[in-house]
Amino acid sequence: MSDRTNVLIPEIGMITDVRRDTPDVKTFRVNGLEGRKPFDHMPGQCAMLSIPGVGEAMFSITSSPTNRDYMEFSIKKCGCLTDWLHQMEKGQEIALRGPYGNYFPVDTELKGKNLLFIAGGIGIAPLRSVINYVIDNRADYGQVDIVYGARSAEDLVDLEEMRKDWSKVQGFRVHLTIDRAEEGWEGNVAFVPDYVRELKFSNDRTVLVCGPPVMIKYVLKALEEMEFASTQVYTTMELKMKCGVGKCGRCNIGAKYVCKDGPVFRYDELGVLPSEY
Amino acid sequence: MLKMPLERLDELFFELSKEHQIFAPMEKAGSVSFFPWKKGDTLCFDTLLTDRAPKSFFFPQSETLYRARKEEGSLSIVPEEAEEKSAVYFGVRACDRRSFELLDRVFLSTPCDSCYESKRRNGYVVALACKNPENTCFCQSFGIDPAWPGGDVSVWIADGELYWKSLTEKGDALTELVSEMFEEGDRKKVEEQKAEIRKKLDALPLKDLSLERFEHPDSSMELFESEQWESLSETCLGCGICTFVCPTCQCYDICDYNAGHEVRKFRCWDSCMYPGFTEMAHGNNRNNQMQRFRQRFMHKLVYFPENNGGIYSCVGCGRCLRKCPSSLNIARVIKALGENGTEGGNHE
Repeated sequence: MSDRTNVLIPEIGMITDVRRDTPDVKTFRVNGLEGRKPFDHMPGQCAMLSIPGVGEAMFSITSSPTNRDYMEFSIKKCGCLTDWLHQMEKGQEIALRGPYGNYFPVDTELKGKNLLFIAGGIGIAPLRSVINYVIDNRADYGQVDIVYGARSAEDLVDLEEMRKDWSKVQGFRVHLTIDRAEEGWEGNVAFVPDYVRELKFSNDRTVLVCGPPVMIKYVLKALEEMEFASTQVYTTMELKMKCGVGKCGRCNIGAKYVCKDGPVFRYDELGVLPSEY
Repeated sequence: MLKMPLERLDELFFELSKEHQIFAPMEKAGSVSFFPWKKGDTLCFDTLLTDRAPKSFFFPQSETLYRARKEEGSLSIVPEEAEEKSAVYFGVRACDRRSFELLDRVFLSTPCDSCYESKRRNGYVVALACKNPENTCFCQSFGIDPAWPGGDVSVWIADGELYWKSLTEKGDALTELVSEMFEEGDRKKVEEQKAEIRKKLDALPLKDLSLERFEHPDSSMELFESEQWESLSETCLGCGICTFVCPTCQCYDICDYNAGHEVRKFRCWDSCMYPGFTEMAHGNNRNNQMQRFRQRFMHKLVYFPENNGGIYSCVGCGRCLRKCPSSLNIARVIKALGENGTEGGNHE
């Protein structure tokens, strides 16, 4: 938590780089006004970004905590605030507060394990933080497989980073897939859950899943068929949030608040929550 | 126990007002609520419940968090300074006084909400015993004793006397300010009034409201899946009045007000009864009124207790019984779910 008496008051950050990843996803690099990263975080944690007069929303921090220089957010254009964000350029200022929520247990449960990351579309955003953290602490983790799918090749976020960096790390394998075949695509064509089945992973792995709710639902079903235990699977949730600190009441599911008790949940924790909210 | 003649109340307030702002129940435009006191004001201590719950002392309906300005492309954020004015809230009833403890659990838990904390820290609660609990009251279901209202100071009005009992350090500080006006009082009158109040409580229609069904967390999903939510919520208009008059509802929104030269970020009460409460760009996770209705009561009766050592997020004040245009209320829900199938009848 940044050092402020009122946790709802943001600080000012500057956009120091904007990268277009897909037709509707951009990655924004943000620095604090002193030039350093605005605040520390752990992989999977979020921050509230706001443009005064437009609004405020929670986004996962996509850069790894091992990066001490800046913070990145990969944001899909899908509403009022994100439309505004997509018009913003390098050098412009935004307000941000955080970090909020829990994080993937990189220093405990994930340590020493073989990992399987499964992502769909913009769902790669929160996982990117963990993946880069694992790369920077390579000796602490076993074999890593990343299954990543999107509707089409151009919708695969961070494709460049994956090709350039991730697949070259020792013990890393990147499996890309798109929903429908298209010209020029030589990779796999299948929905993510089907591809996971096809790849026949051994069920000794710890799995991190993030993507659209429908994808998560069928991936979990596939993992169940492959006899993964619900205690081996982590996912992240997304609900409307305003305060980010478990008080405004919006992201309440059962006795949990997604902004505070989540966004990361182990699958067995989700099993005891209501299936609809 | 101290006492003074009730007719000197104006004088007492005047003394207290030298150090604190005073709020007390008064009638304005046909409605009784807490208003700032000034000499000569007529107070309404016979009205049992104010229309607006006194939660707004600490959690105002709307408050500015900060102001954002943009000058020459550069953004600045100016936090609203925390209010440090001290205030005495005189005549708060036992149920509303308990609601402050429930709000504390939300706002003072880590990370502490500094806007709430400063107002709470600077607020002195003088709680008044309820001489005449009404048919819509069921505070005793939540272990609240309207005859012993708590607060920093508990007061009783009996036989033209104001009885005064300090209960906290803050209460002692208030007593010190006005001690010369008081004399030692006999507890007898207060004990008599307490006995009388408890007798009245035993005759109230909702005295047997049982929370037994909600005491076993294992059945929470069973309650969530109850078929009764459909029929219980059928006539809910989604107007949200239940949440606004409720002394324990604490959901809020954070909004921007564009004043041209600056953007004022404020927070204001919100309601889980409204469709927009959970609506995101990609859809809504509570699509119908039944789901929203269920959320409110599951939160009060199951989720809040789960996070707070079994304490329900209701104080039995009965405002929702009085104000709902469709006669829906928490007592009805407790009865319906508690009686395992048969919907609880009318509360009247």
